Amino acid sequence: MDKNDVISRCTAAAKEMRKDALTMTLCAGNIGAHVGGGLSMVETMAVLYMGIMKYDIDIPSNELRDRFILSKGHGVLALYTALNQAGFIPKEDLWTFKMNDSYLHGHPSMNPEIGIEFSSGSLGQGLSLGVGVCLALKRKNNNTSRTFVLLGDGECDEGSVWEAAASASHYKLDNLVAIIDKNGIQYDGLTSSILSMDPLDEKWTAFGWNTFVVDGHDIPQLYDALSRQSDKPLAIIVNTIKGKGVSFMENDPKWHNSRLTKEQYDQAMKELGCNA
Amino acid sequence: MTEYTSRNIRTWSMLGSCGAFGIAAMELPNIDDRCVVLTSDLCTYSSLDRFKTKYPDRFFNVGIAEQNMVGIAGGLAKENFIPFATTYATFAATRCADQVRVNMGYMKLGIKLVGLTAGLSVGILGATHMSVEDIAVMRAIPNIVILSPADCMESIKAVIASAEIESPVYLRLSGTMNNPIVYKEDYNFEIGKAITLREGDDVVIIATGTMVYNSCRAAELLEEKGVSCRVIDMHTIKPLDENEVQKACNAKLIVTVEEHSMIGGLGGAVAECLAGMNRHPPLLRVGLPDIFMHAGTYEHLVEKCGLCPPSISDSIFQYLQSEHCNR
Repeated sequence: MDKNDVISRCTAAAKEMRKDALTMTLCAGNIGAHVGGGLSMVETMAVLYMGIMKYDIDIPSNELRDRFILSKGHGVLALYTALNQAGFIPKEDLWTFKMNDSYLHGHPSMNPEIGIEFSSGSLGQGLSLGVGVCLALKRKNNNTSRTFVLLGDGECDEGSVWEAAASASHYKLDNLVAIIDKNGIQYDGLTSSILSMDPLDEKWTAFGWNTFVVDGHDIPQLYDALSRQSDKPLAIIVNTIKGKGVSFMENDPKWHNSRLTKEQYDQAMKELGCNA
Repeated sequence: MTEYTSRNIRTWSMLGSCGAFGIAAMELPNIDDRCVVLTSDLCTYSSLDRFKTKYPDRFFNVGIAEQNMVGIAGGLAKENFIPFATTYATFAATRCADQVRVNMGYMKLGIKLVGLTAGLSVGILGATHMSVEDIAVMRAIPNIVILSPADCMESIKAVIASAEIESPVYLRLSGTMNNPIVYKEDYNFEIGKAITLREGDDVVIIATGTMVYNSCRAAELLEEKGVSCRVIDMHTIKPLDENEVQKACNAKLIVTVEEHSMIGGLGGAVAECLAGMNRHPPLLRVGLPDIFMHAGTYEHLVEKCGLCPPSISDSIFQYLQSEHCNR
């Protein structure tokens, strides 16, 4: 497919995903959802699932697939809507999000049949799993599959992230890509005020990674960065806006995990150019 | 293939459980081609130097980073490998408890986590290195098989048996070099099936790890006092062999003996099992007190905690005389 076609496909998917994520949040009712950090990573997930990653919805365990690990497990809104775009999850199932007995939990629960490779939610663990997967791929002489691990910038407070970062470069895992969703806000407020990790890009570089910083809402930039071949593990820091696309959510820490009223939902959908 | 000869059994005993692990590790690639071994800077301590030399592409030393090791093992297990990961038992159970819980418990990834020097064996290094809560932590997490072999041959058998089952396993290796020999010849080891080492009617001693040997010696001392004891090697703590616990209910007294806190270990497991039964004899739990011990040699600490054979024997004898057993 022509690159421009891929970009337009990703753009269309991102728009649909953002809309669906808000509808899922509304469906979750008073339980609420991690909507801010879900919306910040929509374009990244759209580009991964509509433009970059190899997968096979008929044979989800296809050995030659790329692997995806959502280390920031609370970003499920973007994961489930991406899996819907990819064809793994039917649209109507999205509306069961967080309901009793639904398989769409508030954090991802391992379900390889629908492309959820690992359970997550406890922060700081996904990159180690990615290192293990990449070592396994190399031992199996699978030189084509890549493993993408999506982390939050707040998550990078966890020491285990850096244990994993060090081991990835030690083992020369050129098949591993870490994507850091740098929306600048964690549960209790601005990451710069809770635990400043800047300069984040220099930290990843110092740990032996090839590091690139891109605008996380710019689909062509994301596509180019995620398409890169690298001789080292690749860290892509995506600068994003928490709650992106909804004026009253953007950059407001209170939308880390929150419920959405019908009025707010209608306004958000209007801003997204959708008729609710 | 591993030969269970009397000479090998003596050699393994001299090497201790860490050395025995290294012996067993050499067999793993022959048992299943998918076996790999990880360690967190304890290659030599885990007796893995030979493994590292012979199988460099199956060996990963991840440095002093136990949480990362469990995560990497999880990734390897998900991709159909059988990872054995070694660290000190206390770090296996407590430092990476969350990784163990999510990867081994929740996702059931088939990691075989090997806890070295469990109990008091490196007690001279102080309380940070004693591992007296590991069974309690592991027991509370669903889906993890917990093995606690009695001697070095049983350690080897437990390693091999771990490779042959799919589920996550915590392998608790206890004791020091010159580990006492419980099994002098080859025998059948089956996960989840306790082994009766000695028959007797009055008391049933259910022991695990290093305390199996001490319990056998204690039983001999009790016999001299006219008390007949059955001794059971409960090498699998989870799933517990509840059938053996049920059978033990015919005795006057059930005793558990372990080199672990009295809270949450084998004694806790047996107590929970008995609590579900209509009638059962009293249970005496022999284990470590609920305190952090001062540093000391293994022998000193075992004696101080009442875990040497005469102390175990005395505790049981006194309990039999007490009102608990004579109501």
